[in-house]
Amino acid sequence: MLGRVQVPPTAKKGESFEIRVLVQHPMETGFRRDVNGQSIPMHIVNQLSCTSGGRKVFSAELGTGMSANPYVSFYAVAQASGEVVVEWSDDRGGTGRVTATIQVS
Amino acid sequence: MKRRDFVIGVPAAAALPAFAQQQFARTQDVAPLIAKLANGVKPETGGIEVELPAVAENGNSVPIKVRVPSPMSEADHVDAIHIIADRNPRPLVATFNLGPGAGRAEITTRIRLAGSQRLTVLAALSGNRYRISQQDVLVTSAACLDDSL
Repeated sequence: MLGRVQVPPTAKKGESFEIRVLVQHPMETGFRRDVNGQSIPMHIVNQLSCTSGGRKVFSAELGTGMSANPYVSFYAVAQASGEVVVEWSDDRGGTGRVTATIQVS
Repeated sequence: MKRRDFVIGVPAAAALPAFAQQQFARTQDVAPLIAKLANGVKPETGGIEVELPAVAENGNSVPIKVRVPSPMSEADHVDAIHIIADRNPRPLVATFNLGPGAGRAEITTRIRLAGSQRLTVLAALSGNRYRISQQDVLVTSAACLDDSL
């Protein structure tokens, strides 16, 4: 699944930096009906987590109240240079993973 | 039928059956949900900054920013931020789990709102402390629940 994560290219050690995540997903609530009156089954991303340099910094449980193509931004403390990994999964077993690298000085 | 009987009878017939009234009274009591999320502890009011438009044009995507002033240290930090919309069919919109590794208790996201309502933000702090903040938001066009595509 498609997604995007943005982090600043560099950060000072001990300072917090912003991580912005955008996931491409319909986030279908299950309450809508199509043109034929058939209900459209629920399809949502319900888990999202982020690790920075192997440490877990953030996780979220999302519900149907999240907008389509969910966007989340949050902060993490810069400890060491490395990869910021964002992983998510939806209620049909689909998963996604995006990474970004950050230089910590 | 006498005219008088008719005039008296019509309002009674027009009164909606119980199930239909439930459909209209969509605002639900979120107090049990808040109590469950707060472990039964009564949350203190305030201490959360919520940035939310006073009037949201499109209920399908309402930007919201939540900031909880906190030192975010090992001993004193924000563990989780819950967003609750009492008029949504599923009131718990999302739960964001933070920790001392976050450095700053601030999240931005976009949510769906099924109509004008009072939005509740509950923050769970370390040491079983809770903060709550409620804010009214006017939604011009609600997130589609019944219109087809």
